[in-house]
Amino acid sequence: MDNGGRSLNRKDLLGIEELSREEIELILEQAEGMKEILERPVRKVPALQGFTIANLFFEPSTRTLNSFLLAERRLSADTVNVSASSSSVLKGETLLDTAKNIEAMKVDMVVLRHSCPGAPHFLAKRIDASVINAGDGSHEHPTQALLDLLTIKEKFGKIDGLKVLIVGDIMHSRVARSDILGLRKMGAWVRVCGPPTLIPLWIDELGVEVEYNLDRAMRDVDIIYVLRIQKERQKKGLFPSIREYVKYFCITPERLRQAKEGVVIMHPGPMNRGVEISPEVADGPWSVILDQVTNGVAIRMAIIYLLARRRR
Amino acid sequence: MIKIKGGRLFDPKNGIDEEGDIYIVDGKVRKEGAAEIEIDAAGLYVFPGFVDLHAHLREPGREDEETIETGSRAAVKGGFTSVCAMPNTEPPVDNQGVARFVKEKGEKAGYARIFPIGTITKGRKGEEISEFGDLIEGGCVGVSDDGDCVRKSDIIRRALEYAKMFNIPVIEHPEDTYLSEGGQINEGRISTILGMGGIPSISESIIVARDIEIANFVGGWIHLTHISVKDSLEKIIEGRKKQRGKITCDVTAHHLVLTEDKVKEFNSNFKMKPPLRSEEDRRALVWGLRNGVIDAIITDHAPHAFFEKELEFDLAPFGVVGLETAFSSLYTYLVEKGELELATLVMYLSSSPALLFSLPYGEIRDGGIADLVLVDLKGEWEVREDTLASKSKNSPYLGEKLRGVVVCTIVDGRIVYREGEWRRRNEGISS
Repeated sequence: MDNGGRSLNRKDLLGIEELSREEIELILEQAEGMKEILERPVRKVPALQGFTIANLFFEPSTRTLNSFLLAERRLSADTVNVSASSSSVLKGETLLDTAKNIEAMKVDMVVLRHSCPGAPHFLAKRIDASVINAGDGSHEHPTQALLDLLTIKEKFGKIDGLKVLIVGDIMHSRVARSDILGLRKMGAWVRVCGPPTLIPLWIDELGVEVEYNLDRAMRDVDIIYVLRIQKERQKKGLFPSIREYVKYFCITPERLRQAKEGVVIMHPGPMNRGVEISPEVADGPWSVILDQVTNGVAIRMAIIYLLARRRR
Repeated sequence: MIKIKGGRLFDPKNGIDEEGDIYIVDGKVRKEGAAEIEIDAAGLYVFPGFVDLHAHLREPGREDEETIETGSRAAVKGGFTSVCAMPNTEPPVDNQGVARFVKEKGEKAGYARIFPIGTITKGRKGEEISEFGDLIEGGCVGVSDDGDCVRKSDIIRRALEYAKMFNIPVIEHPEDTYLSEGGQINEGRISTILGMGGIPSISESIIVARDIEIANFVGGWIHLTHISVKDSLEKIIEGRKKQRGKITCDVTAHHLVLTEDKVKEFNSNFKMKPPLRSEEDRRALVWGLRNGVIDAIITDHAPHAFFEKELEFDLAPFGVVGLETAFSSLYTYLVEKGELELATLVMYLSSSPALLFSLPYGEIRDGGIADLVLVDLKGEWEVREDTLASKSKNSPYLGEKLRGVVVCTIVDGRIVYREGEWRRRNEGISS
């Protein structure tokens, strides 16, 4: 895992938007080193002994929280977890108070998941500890994008020049935003597809193409990235029914016949089988969904290590 | 008696732009007189006192954020000699008792003149119109449910009709809340990048169009406040061609200067309603001012407690303070950069709003009421928490240096503010 003493020259990791291509490459390279640790019989290194990380999750999360926890433990960091609903603000204690209290307990790093866009940015300006954004509302989910980039790089040996289709609720997806930014920075070409009510009118500002017809959209792409569809969105009237969503946007083996040979399917999880993705596709030869999960731990180890190294 | 010596007298309404002396005798501007007090105004501009048609002074209800006293101190520090106080207080100004309270508090404070605005509907609920006549007798100069739009078309129609017998403006906060619900910032490029709920331009222009249609239908007077998008201006230009109703509007100082790009730092001091819009909209607003489409510049001064603004962006309330920065921000960003002439700026801060609401101020003429402001245009000040007189510090200009310093403010012939010191009118220097 030694990288010749390189570190990220920043206090926090708040979004893909602020990262340069070189920084992304450094993180991916470091993560490859971390993967090697995960293959060892004893999957743990003493790198961050005495380093303390607080995981502040103001939104329910199983996958991301556990991925961070494992990454922290593999590096021998001490951890503390605070889970609260965002409504705790209404009960009196603000995010800033919670964070300051945690910091007073001598914490070096805060991993924050929050429903409000910019919450990690807000915190990062006000506390000394490093802040990692583990998802802020519909804004960014940088560690997810980085693990996706790692997965793509492993699968194709490159990212530059690939064509990627992102399907689903682009409007409310932090994964879509971070992935679009990351893929564009690394030289990939991106198209989005979904019902128009779930695609922001200004999405082309992010340098992507829009196509509402899935069959046409998937024809020439190397990767289809399927987003989780949240059933609450239907209740808010953003699309008429799950049934009609499935009809137009569910990724099925039949549909995939129109795609390129060797097309790869990705999904950030958790999946709604039979809604945005059919079980045959999720478990089929196209899928790298479980590789994404494995890479999640490696990427988070890399980010924590690179930020911690600068602090030390 | 006061002599203002050697200032540059500048009143666009009366076409005055000359160096000279003026006197203040019995609260009136005079060309000649004797002087007990002499103000050396060499190097300073002498403008008519500014008139703000739209500020939130928070009293009664949120005296921790602002009071009529602190708000009117902030006003005169910013050069405003008259301020219309919006009625979304707690309780709201929906009856004569509360209107009188606001008016009397303003007089007791003794800095700027305070004019209450009454509500359009009882309790600001949008269901039944308030007693406009009683409100006017209590000192109100207009009615508004500002903060909320009058959602029901029949209610705004009745308000526009009923107000006809009093000749007062019905001031609409144009926002179709079905379209803006959940929105935090302008819907556009920045909301897409930040993943934030958007407030679309059409949420404003649809109500603008609706209210213009109704005003033209009933022959009433609609005043559309804090217009922020280009489409609204187009509707207003079109609507006026019918010449049935009276259609007037205003724009805030901050919408003339700032755009949505400022929100990228997640600083809640850039969060307000309507939200900061695109550069195209901002340019259209400046165009609207230069071409007489817009009738007044307002502050929409909206003080909020620090602990409420110091939150995640989505959770912070809408609104920013503006009484103290309106003139200097517009001077620094528009006049100095050549986007707006000084005469246009001064006119839309003084005579134009005064005429619109039938207030006898906003000009410098022999025998006119002596509401004046002396400004050092070359002077610079830094906007900091400790340089703001308002009780709340939620300014988008914190940390910035602005040019155009208000040196002295005179209300009713009395010096109420001079170089960082305040004096109440009712205990001021006799003249």
